[in-house]
Amino acid sequence: MKYIKNKHPLAIRWFHWVNFPVLFVMIWSGLLIYWGNDVYRLGWGNTTLIQFFPTSFYDLFNLKARLAEGMSLHFLFAWIFIFNGIGYVLYTTFSGEWRFLLPNRKSFKEAWQVLLYDLRLSKVHPPEKKFNGAQQIAYTSVILMGAGSLLTGLAIYKPIQLSGLCALMGGYATARILHFVLTIGFVLFFFVHIVQVIKAGWNNFQAMVTGFEVQVKEDSPVEESIKP
Amino acid sequence: MESEKQVEQKIRRRQFLSFAAFAGLNGMAWSAWAIFRKLPADDHQLSAFTRGVLNVNEKLNNKLFSSTHLAPTYPTAMATKNPRANGTAGLNEGSFDVANWRLRVQSPHLAPNILEITIEDIKKLPKTEICFDFKCIEGWNEIVYYGGVKFSDFLNHYQLGTRQGKINSEHLKDWYNYISLVTPDGEYYVGLDMKSALHPQTILCYELNGAPLPLEHGAPLRLIIPVKYGVKNLKRIGMITFSDAQPKDYWHERGYVYDAAL
Repeated sequence: MKYIKNKHPLAIRWFHWVNFPVLFVMIWSGLLIYWGNDVYRLGWGNTTLIQFFPTSFYDLFNLKARLAEGMSLHFLFAWIFIFNGIGYVLYTTFSGEWRFLLPNRKSFKEAWQVLLYDLRLSKVHPPEKKFNGAQQIAYTSVILMGAGSLLTGLAIYKPIQLSGLCALMGGYATARILHFVLTIGFVLFFFVHIVQVIKAGWNNFQAMVTGFEVQVKEDSPVEESIKP
Repeated sequence: MESEKQVEQKIRRRQFLSFAAFAGLNGMAWSAWAIFRKLPADDHQLSAFTRGVLNVNEKLNNKLFSSTHLAPTYPTAMATKNPRANGTAGLNEGSFDVANWRLRVQSPHLAPNILEITIEDIKKLPKTEICFDFKCIEGWNEIVYYGGVKFSDFLNHYQLGTRQGKINSEHLKDWYNYISLVTPDGEYYVGLDMKSALHPQTILCYELNGAPLPLEHGAPLRLIIPVKYGVKNLKRIGMITFSDAQPKDYWHERGYVYDAAL
């Protein structure tokens, strides 16, 4: 018999779905700003493996010569990004949700199992629970990355009035690189997240909207029926 | 106790309500974005709403500001040999004659109304040098080595910048709110808040890497203001004026924040 198992509290769903479009605007407006001095690349000497970014990329997304617009959007939506992020951390801290989210001693071993299983190198199914080790590590890392983006962002926003912070972030040029690398990290997180959500299926996805998962128990209907 | 049918119904009802709310909120968020993007721009390229938030940011920056917060300085050996000149706005006048250039300062207390100062007069004032990390609003930075006269020394010497036209202990709170700098051809212009102008690292600059300032870097005299992005470091100063109202600013008119503060 089917039953309802609550999974994501309403507050977490709000933080999640507010963050999604806001982070998108932050990355997009960040690209409008980065275009002004797009010097980063992956490579060595005169060899370039990846150029950030080829002209075709800017053309495709119409990112050229919109620096002023990018800055105004970035420093407006940053407020929502910051408040939403702080709200999430405060909520998970005081509600006790952090217990499911923070990695523990077992998380790393479990994350390794998840990786092997997902790459079809192992048939040992990772333990079924709210968040497995790989998820705990990923969801905690992405919050730390958010904090990193805020701190490196402030360092390049006010490098003189916040010169202590700027120095702590490795100086102006280093902080700008870190800010960029973290953004690439968010994009990679996003793609892995999407693939994992698709793989996990509809029941898992709809729980991020409804808050509950539908589960099935084969035992006698009396015991697992749900109190209204 | 609920029957299987009741549970199924309950699941469907809760899913329907949740997804309806989710779709509704998405629709509202999308509408809000569409309205936000279509807000009419003022004569400074941004909507009143966006400008309002950016003004809050500026007010917070202003709270952070202190004349004791200095741009880090470096040994002059670290300065780049050929600094980027970048912008040319205000430097396009082909017939510009450096020899006949005068710095013109306008203030109600001057008689006549406009003070004309030669580069030789400026070079007679105490010299200040600074080697710092110049930051362009485009995102690049390089260590540059400039020499000139501290802006506050200049104001003190000519008794400029206060409403009473005097600078002494009685007039410490009498500074005008803003300073305006304009190129001789009037093509490029910046406004500066007085606190930033009086910052000890702000200089009227006539030397680059120990040599006379090249034309493309704003000869004979330019502004160097390390607490702001390069856009405020006006080249080839023609006229300086003081005001309490915010003076017009070239990049502010093109959709950037007014203060361009670092």
